[in-house]
Amino acid sequence: MSVTIDPAPVVVADSLRKRAAAEIKAQRRERLAVLRHKPAFLVGLFVTMFWLLCALFGTSIAPQNPDSLDIGHKLQGPTAAHWFGLDQLGRDVFSRVIVGTRVILFIALGATILGSVLGTIVGLVAGYFKGMVDDVLMRIADVFMAMPVIVFSLLVIAITQSRSLLVVMFIIGIVYTPIIARTVRATVLGESELDYVAAARLRTEKTPHILFVEILPNILPPLLVEFTVRLGYAIFAVATLSFLGAGVAIDSPDWGSQVAAHYKYLSGLNWSATVFPAAAIATLAIGVNLMVDGLVEVFER
Amino acid sequence: MSTVVPAAIVPTPVVPTLEFDNLQVAYTVRGVDRPVLREVSFAVAPGEAYGLVGESGCGKSTAAYAAMRYLPRNGKITGGHIRFEGADVVDMSQEQVRDLRSGAISMVYQSPIAALNPSLRVGAQVAEVFTIAGYSKADGIARAEQALGAVQIADVGKVMRRYPHELSGGMAQRVVIAMALATDPRLLILDEPTTGLDATVEAEVLDLVRMLRITTNTSVLFISHNLGVIRSMCDRVGVLYAGQLVEEGGTAQLLADPRHPYTVGLLRCIPRAGLRKDHDRLDTIPGTLPSLGTVMPGCVYVDRCPIATDQCRTEKPPVVELTNGHSTRCFYPDLAPDLPRAAEVALVPVDPPAPAAHTADGLLLHMDQVCKTFGKDDNSVRVLRNIALSLAPGETLGLVGESGSGKTTLAKVLLGLTPPDGGSIIELDGRQLGATLGDRSATDVGAVQIVFQNPDSALNRRHTVRRIVGRAVTKLAGTSREQSASRAEDLLSEMRVDARLHAAKPAMLSGGLKQRVAIARAFAGNPRLVVCDEPTSALDVSVQAAILNLLVDLQRTENVSYLFISHDLGVVRYLSDRIAVLYLGRVMELGPAATVFSGPHHPYTEALVSSLPSVDGEATNRVRLDGEVPSVANPPSGCVLHTRCPRREGSGVEHLCNTVEPELVEVEPGHLMRCHLSLEQLRRMQVATDDSVPISV
Repeated sequence: MSVTIDPAPVVVADSLRKRAAAEIKAQRRERLAVLRHKPAFLVGLFVTMFWLLCALFGTSIAPQNPDSLDIGHKLQGPTAAHWFGLDQLGRDVFSRVIVGTRVILFIALGATILGSVLGTIVGLVAGYFKGMVDDVLMRIADVFMAMPVIVFSLLVIAITQSRSLLVVMFIIGIVYTPIIARTVRATVLGESELDYVAAARLRTEKTPHILFVEILPNILPPLLVEFTVRLGYAIFAVATLSFLGAGVAIDSPDWGSQVAAHYKYLSGLNWSATVFPAAAIATLAIGVNLMVDGLVEVFER
Repeated sequence: MSTVVPAAIVPTPVVPTLEFDNLQVAYTVRGVDRPVLREVSFAVAPGEAYGLVGESGCGKSTAAYAAMRYLPRNGKITGGHIRFEGADVVDMSQEQVRDLRSGAISMVYQSPIAALNPSLRVGAQVAEVFTIAGYSKADGIARAEQALGAVQIADVGKVMRRYPHELSGGMAQRVVIAMALATDPRLLILDEPTTGLDATVEAEVLDLVRMLRITTNTSVLFISHNLGVIRSMCDRVGVLYAGQLVEEGGTAQLLADPRHPYTVGLLRCIPRAGLRKDHDRLDTIPGTLPSLGTVMPGCVYVDRCPIATDQCRTEKPPVVELTNGHSTRCFYPDLAPDLPRAAEVALVPVDPPAPAAHTADGLLLHMDQVCKTFGKDDNSVRVLRNIALSLAPGETLGLVGESGSGKTTLAKVLLGLTPPDGGSIIELDGRQLGATLGDRSATDVGAVQIVFQNPDSALNRRHTVRRIVGRAVTKLAGTSREQSASRAEDLLSEMRVDARLHAAKPAMLSGGLKQRVAIARAFAGNPRLVVCDEPTSALDVSVQAAILNLLVDLQRTENVSYLFISHDLGVVRYLSDRIAVLYLGRVMELGPAATVFSGPHHPYTEALVSSLPSVDGEATNRVRLDGEVPSVANPPSGCVLHTRCPRREGSGVEHLCNTVEPELVEVEPGHLMRCHLSLEQLRRMQVATDDSVPISV
């Protein structure tokens, strides 16, 4: 062994690095392995992926034109040609459920993304500055959180007289902002006490850099979990609003309005036009929530 | 009381309290059994205190948990035996193991606060131990009172009504010890019981354990990384390395005449009394611990041993019996004492002594009237009170004091992270520094930097090493991206961080390497003054030595000044030119390192110095501080130390101490003290008790 002042790091650096890199890979592998061995997560992932594919390629997957009418066979039960039967105007329910995925999933996703972005900004600012800023932001958040989502949404839609789904997306996003802000703030409170934040200030970094380049990458895991939780709720909220007829275009093939249009036939005339879209809402929501459970276990131990 | 209880050093035919017989423990990680204890054999005789010492990851705690058969879920005993008073613990049923844990063996953990239930009052928790043992509720409470009294808690009634978070660390550890001793165990396992406590509190807890050993005659298995603590506590010691007991023997003998290269190396890493940065380089141990579960055909230490031969690589060395139960696992026990040094002594040219010229215009840093108050009006807490300190270029000022003395606040004020109260003077090169970072120019910010205590917290775990250092260069030196990148590379290689690691993230580095990256970052803006806030307290001794050497080298080449904060007086003594002693936000003593350590010292400093456990044995008459650190929010009247002062009694000026706060005055050239007692009085008092060899500098 050659004698240097302090040969420690030089001599062992390579093996050390390999060992460390292997350990990090192993940790990643372990996380994946934990997820792979959780049937609940796998089922959730499978269901969610199925609906995601439907949302992306719904129009090409659907066996029939979701808008073509067959009035003569309206409210017919499931047959070989129409697996989920026909609706009150004689449209293929199966095709409408598949095509309808896009509306609910994208509105829910869009709302959740909007809420996460705004919530992250508010949470970062509140958690980093603390004191007055924190108090003011969090009290405003309290006001928003005190209002029931559906009532608030209906109110806004009634006032704006809007029939655009973008408004629904926007409203849900706003409603979720304070909820996500709270989660982010709690994490940032702890994170901003760490010395690397002081170290960043000690090299004259501006506050936005500290918030978004230094702190943000370190709070991503809890943020991811919160995002998925919110997505689950957003799906329900969108479905509920479209069931109530708020904010959706007439005859849009989304699941909520399908259920709304047909539940009155449940007592005898036809069950399939209600049950299948309802089941679609349920499976998507459950699928997302099953995924959340797995993610929470891996990231928030 | 230099070697504690003169218990049986020579093993007698008596059945040992605890015996490890070729014990092998493995952890299953990702389906593979990885050995963590390799054929460990040792015995703790009745009434004996046995120390297990080693660096992190060597298997100390695993040994402790194995003794109670309390291994993590993936841990298992793969061979050998553990005998408790002759009965094999490995073969015991769950019932028997539970009885063993509830009655015969007790354990005290490292973090006392974590060991107590935060939602139960202390009294209820201690009483619970007795009610489980079969006492009635009333008896349990009465017994709990006795037990707490036995661990020298003064106001038992008050402590019993408190919740754990309302206790200081030392008090909480007393409570845990009281609970551990409640069942009169035959074996007490202490796993790093004083790590994380202040030196003075550590000394008190160790005193307590020593006293309890005498009164209860309990056997003790004492686990620590600190050889000084082991020396003061244990009759015999075993040195663990990579899960193997490499050397064992009577504590005093083993430390005086180590015969395994690892033990020799470990002892040389310690900044002992008498070593100084000016003329002694600390030795280091090259290399790192083999990773968990590495299969070693030969000696476990072969990769880091300077005298390893081919035989060491291929054959397991035998246990060589020396004298008096001293044994080592090495082929060459006779070569170990003359081990070649890893750090070449020849590389140490004796520099001219550090600039002592403390003239006003030659100063780098001048602080005066520095105050810091938190809160407003009635709720205000004054944590710094009229601090006046100065630093010359290239000088190191050591800052010592118990936790809560204001060390860290002072550092933050100096760095601009926390603004001081108005009127505070902080001058760099004669210019007042801005109160906050926003008020300082980039050059000024770069001129005063810090190396934090915990590199895990100080480095952004999502950024690469190159980015962490490069960004600091860009911002502080104001260079272009390319220039910064190449400067960062240079800095990192100066800190001996290998180029292949520059793209790595902090999680991939060892503790020592992380601290090197943190140091590189601190030096990015060509600093004039670097605050070192306990930079080695999270590191192992051998790594600590390398970091201290690096800091000394950097000071020589860059002529940088250090404000060195540490609770480890050994490190401070090694590194500092001058030392400031802080207590409740006040400077109690300030002077050249040699003077402050050799005395006559301020009574507070005296207590700090005498609480320092040394591998070279202890001073006979320890000076103790009574009671707890008073709250900064409500400091005592008069001299703030008077409630705990070891020299107030019989000084003749007690009334002064109780009512009038002394000023910080120059008692001899360059030596300032805040005490009503004169230097002469202190000298007489301290010479009278300090009849042993004084801790020299």
